[in-house]
Amino acid sequence: MTTVFVPRDAAALSVGADDVAAVLEAAPGVSVVRTGSRGLLWAEPLVEVATDRGRVGYANVTAADVPALLAGGLDDLPERCLGPVEEHPWLRDQRRVTFARVGVVDPRSVDDYAAHGGWAGLRRALSLSPEQVVAEVVDSGLRGRGGAGFPTGLKWRTVLAGEADQKFVCCNLDEGDSGTFADRMLAEGDPFSLVEGMVIAGYAVGATEGYVYVRSEYPHAVAALRRAVESAYTHGFLGEDVLGSGVRFDLHVRVGAGAYICGEESSMLESLEGRRGEVRARPPIPAVAGLFGRPTVVNNALTLGTVPMVLADGGAAYAALGTGRSRGTQVFQLAGNVRRGGIVELPFGVTIGDLVEGYAGGTRTGRPVRAVQVGGPLGGYLPPGRFDLPMDYEALAEADAMLGHGGVVVWDDSADLARLARFAMEFCAVESCGKCTPCRVGSVRGVETLDRVLAGEDVSRNLGLLEDLCEVMSKGSLCAMGQLTPMPVRTALRHFPEDFDRTPEGADR
Amino acid sequence: MSDTAHDRAALVRTLAEQHRHERGPLLPALHEVMEELGHLDRSDFPVLADVLHLSVAEVHGAVSFYHDFRTAPPPSHEIRLCRAEACQAVGGQELYDGTRSRAAAGELGEGTEVAEVFCLGNCALGPSGTLDGTLHGRLDGARIDALTREWRR
Repeated sequence: MTTVFVPRDAAALSVGADDVAAVLEAAPGVSVVRTGSRGLLWAEPLVEVATDRGRVGYANVTAADVPALLAGGLDDLPERCLGPVEEHPWLRDQRRVTFARVGVVDPRSVDDYAAHGGWAGLRRALSLSPEQVVAEVVDSGLRGRGGAGFPTGLKWRTVLAGEADQKFVCCNLDEGDSGTFADRMLAEGDPFSLVEGMVIAGYAVGATEGYVYVRSEYPHAVAALRRAVESAYTHGFLGEDVLGSGVRFDLHVRVGAGAYICGEESSMLESLEGRRGEVRARPPIPAVAGLFGRPTVVNNALTLGTVPMVLADGGAAYAALGTGRSRGTQVFQLAGNVRRGGIVELPFGVTIGDLVEGYAGGTRTGRPVRAVQVGGPLGGYLPPGRFDLPMDYEALAEADAMLGHGGVVVWDDSADLARLARFAMEFCAVESCGKCTPCRVGSVRGVETLDRVLAGEDVSRNLGLLEDLCEVMSKGSLCAMGQLTPMPVRTALRHFPEDFDRTPEGADR
Repeated sequence: MSDTAHDRAALVRTLAEQHRHERGPLLPALHEVMEELGHLDRSDFPVLADVLHLSVAEVHGAVSFYHDFRTAPPPSHEIRLCRAEACQAVGGQELYDGTRSRAAAGELGEGTEVAEVFCLGNCALGPSGTLDGTLHGRLDGARIDALTREWRR
């Protein structure tokens, strides 16, 4: 019997993984295990065959390839046979911590999770006091992976100190930033790690109830999480007596409804409460008055998914990775016009160039890279001249860019940065919650102003107006959406001024 | 009230009642109605409000805020194409524009609607989109043609 691994990750399904799995399942002598994706998305559907050399990977397998694959017919094609996957340079040189199990285990199997180190963090946490658990997370240096980078342990300490009849833990899986997909892949490929991280968080801060808020665009992640939650209840990892410790933790999976702004934590809380996802003014912060006004831990999925490792191996082991104040690893996501897109998990400090020219291998179109946007739609545009920048929170902030959720979107030389600046404003106008004027009105005015620039109308005056508008939005908006929409606009202007130098229609140059 | 309207109200009431004991039950209840009935009708609002102890304004407020909640019946077929940055970098905008005009010209089957979406989390394999809810990557005009062949019969 040959064991073959086929991803069930949404990205793999989007290019035909189910068709491949169906043919393999019908083949005699083949046992198929459905996993998450290794993150070599450029190779999907990536089929792995168990051998005495390890799991040997085959790239871009179609249903029609299956007979040849099983007969060894792809083995001599270097483009198709990647050799033992874990020795492939793209994966071998990564440092998988948060993504250690993704693509390896069967995400539906609670036993497989346990066999790969699962629940060790929870067991250790339950042997410590809540204060000690919080101290481990503080010591790890783990910072919020959603984008803001706030120290997770400090947030937990605030919630632990709060006195309330009820506290909550909320996992933000409303991953709406274009160019990011790590939350989705973790939820689909290793959902128990999120369950475990949330139970640990609940125990640490004294919360007995948790919510995972998943965007509706991620139906596969919703299904994977619901299944994992049900299984965790059955096996005693959730419920009124977690692992016989007397600790209670209940977990609910909630689905968003197509609103980018609900990735902003206070808007997500409003949505969980059943209201319009309008942001809340701070203070109070959610750690003091969050869901239903109670002290609430709100963490990104990657943050909570990393917590089990931090507890299992100790905060110091995690803090030993990384650079400066950015400790541990970051799950970078390579997207857009790239030859090899996917997940690259490495300690903080890798340069943009290492990711874009090294891992991504340049553009899919084969044309020169002209721009990258780091950190999602609210992140800055950077030219190849800045590819020496290290990927850490502080270094990027100093360069007027941001790490955000770790996404890197690549463009070739056909990119028009003035159009992309307009798109940033357009997106903000569509997705603004409308609560504050700088964001709601500023974004619409931004689109109008950039339309005039694009038409070559009074360009320098309109660019002056645009800068004023950016100033008002960044200083006057209630949340990151309005505050940061100016970042892509301003960086596009600063690094690619030639794109804004439009000739008026009908004029000679 | 007509029989159909009466039946609808009764069904909406049953669906909402399944969620009334949850915290913040409105979104789960709205999703449930969407799932069962394809869209939310204004006549559903007072029923939902009554079961969930909300005002009709609160129900209307939530329905009108979120892109997912339709207040008209769904089209016979729906193509959603990603217009966000990562897909734009590989021609997503052109694919969206082209597909929309082809749908408007009736080339993609009668009643096919093309909608924009901002990110499906498939940003390394763009352009991405969904056809009747199924996710597809590396889309182009020819793929959309092939995938919509059944719709044109």
